Amino acid sequence: MKKDLLGIGDLTSDEIYLILDTTEAMREIGQRPIKKVPTLRGKTIVNLFYEPSTRTRTSFEIAEKRLSADTLNIAASTSSAQKGETLADTALNIEAMAPDMIVLRHASSGAGHLLSRLCKSRIINAGDGMHEHPTQALLDAFTIREHKKRLEGLKVTIVGDLLHSRVLRSNVLLLTMLGAEVWVCGPATLIPPGIERLGVHASTAIDEAVADADVIMMLRIQQERMHGAFFPSTREYFNTFGMTRARLAHAKPDVIIMHPGPMNRGVEIASDVADGPYSVILEQVANGVAVRMAVLYLLAGGAEGD
Amino acid sequence: MGRTLTRIAHEILERNRGVEELALVGIRTRGVPLAKRLARAIQEINGHEIPTGALDITLYRDDLMRTAVGAQPVIRKTEIPFSIDDKRILLVDDVLYTGRTIRAALDALIEFGRPRVIQLVVLVDRGHRELPIKADYVGKNLPTSRTQSVQVHLMEVDGRDEVEIVG
Repeated sequence: MKKDLLGIGDLTSDEIYLILDTTEAMREIGQRPIKKVPTLRGKTIVNLFYEPSTRTRTSFEIAEKRLSADTLNIAASTSSAQKGETLADTALNIEAMAPDMIVLRHASSGAGHLLSRLCKSRIINAGDGMHEHPTQALLDAFTIREHKKRLEGLKVTIVGDLLHSRVLRSNVLLLTMLGAEVWVCGPATLIPPGIERLGVHASTAIDEAVADADVIMMLRIQQERMHGAFFPSTREYFNTFGMTRARLAHAKPDVIIMHPGPMNRGVEIASDVADGPYSVILEQVANGVAVRMAVLYLLAGGAEGD
Repeated sequence: MGRTLTRIAHEILERNRGVEELALVGIRTRGVPLAKRLARAIQEINGHEIPTGALDITLYRDDLMRTAVGAQPVIRKTEIPFSIDDKRILLVDDVLYTGRTIRAALDALIEFGRPRVIQLVVLVDRGHRELPIKADYVGKNLPTSRTQSVQVHLMEVDGRDEVEIVG
C-alpha cells in the first residue's frame, strides 16, 4: 500500500482484494461483546471534515475507536476555516501537532492530494469534491461480493446524478478493474461527456440500463452542487429515472439495490424500494465501519519505500 | 504426531476429569487444525464433541507498529462460535517459543468473556521464553538455539505432517 489512500486509482486489484479480505476479519470484531482491539493504541487520527457528513464521519470515528486510536473531529463550521484560514495552513498547523493520520472530506477535488504533498501524516480521502470517495467504493464492493460471491462478470447499473458524483468515479474505477460490466444511466445533462472512456456503457434509457442487472446503485441528486437547470423538476426526474418496483422487475430476480446515502426518497428512489427486500442500503452502512477499520489498519503499518 | 495428540487428549481428560465445559481454541494458522485434531482424538476416546474455535492474534501483537517499514501482516477471521464464559478453554498452538503469541492470545481471548480456566497446549516447546508463560500440555520438548527455527508442517495446511528444525 502507498502512504495515503487518495483514490481507487492508487490501488492495484491485489490491494483491493487484500482490503476486502481484511474487512472480513474486521467485521467479526463488531460482533463481539467488547468491540475493541488494541491495534492502533497511541495513534492519533484527525477527522477533518469541510463538508457535512453523517455516515462517513461517524463510520470513520467508530472504526478508529474500535482500533483504539485517539481521534478528534474538526468540522469546518466550527474551525478557523470560518476566519479565513486556508486548507493548506490548517493542515500544516494540524501536522505540527504530529497526528499519525488525517481523514479529509473537502468540497474541492484534489484536496487530499494537496495534503498528501504537505503532510507526513497518512491521508485518507473521505470524499473530495467530484473526484473520488474510495472507502465508499470499497464498502460497496465488499457488500456486492458478500451477496454475489464475486465481482467479475456482474452487471452493475449506476443511476442518477453521474456528473457530480465522486461515488460514481470511485465505483467505476474499482468495478471495471475487477471485471464487472458497468452501466451508467441518467439524464443527458448529468452524464459526464466521454464517460465511455472509463470502460462503461452509458445510457439515458433506464429500462435498458436496468435490464438483467445483478446490482443497481442509485445516486443522490446533488442539489448543492448544481449550478444550473439539469432537469425540469424533481417530480419529472423521479418519473423518468426514479427506481420503482415496476422498473426493478426488469432486473435479475436476485438483484440488490444499493445507495450510498443520504437518500432523497421520492426523487431517485421510491420508499418501498428503499425499504424493500432487495435493498442492502443499511448493510452498506454496517460494512462501512469494517472497511474503514481495514483501511486504517493497512495504512498504519508503513508504505513501500518509507 | 497422531500418537502425541492422542496422549495429550488423554492428559486433558485426566486433568479436567472429563469433558465438562471444555472448549478448544486454536491460534491461527496451525493451532486451528491441531485443535480440530485434538477434538477428534477426544471424541474417539469418549464420544464427546468438544466445541472448537479459531483465534487470530495479529491485532494484539506487541510488535505490530514497531516496524514502520513494510506491509502489515494479513489478518484472518477469529471464529469462536460459542460463549467462553465459565468454560475451561484449551488454547492450542504449534510452537511455544518467546511466549509473546500466547500473551497476545490471552489478551484477545479475555475480550470474549471470562473463562473459568485457560490451559495451554503446544505441539513443540522450543524454550527461550521472554515472558513468564508455561504450557500445560507439551507434545515434545525440543531444545534449540535462538538462531534455529522450528517449523511445524501439518497435512491440512502444508500437505504433510512434519516437525522441522532449520538452521
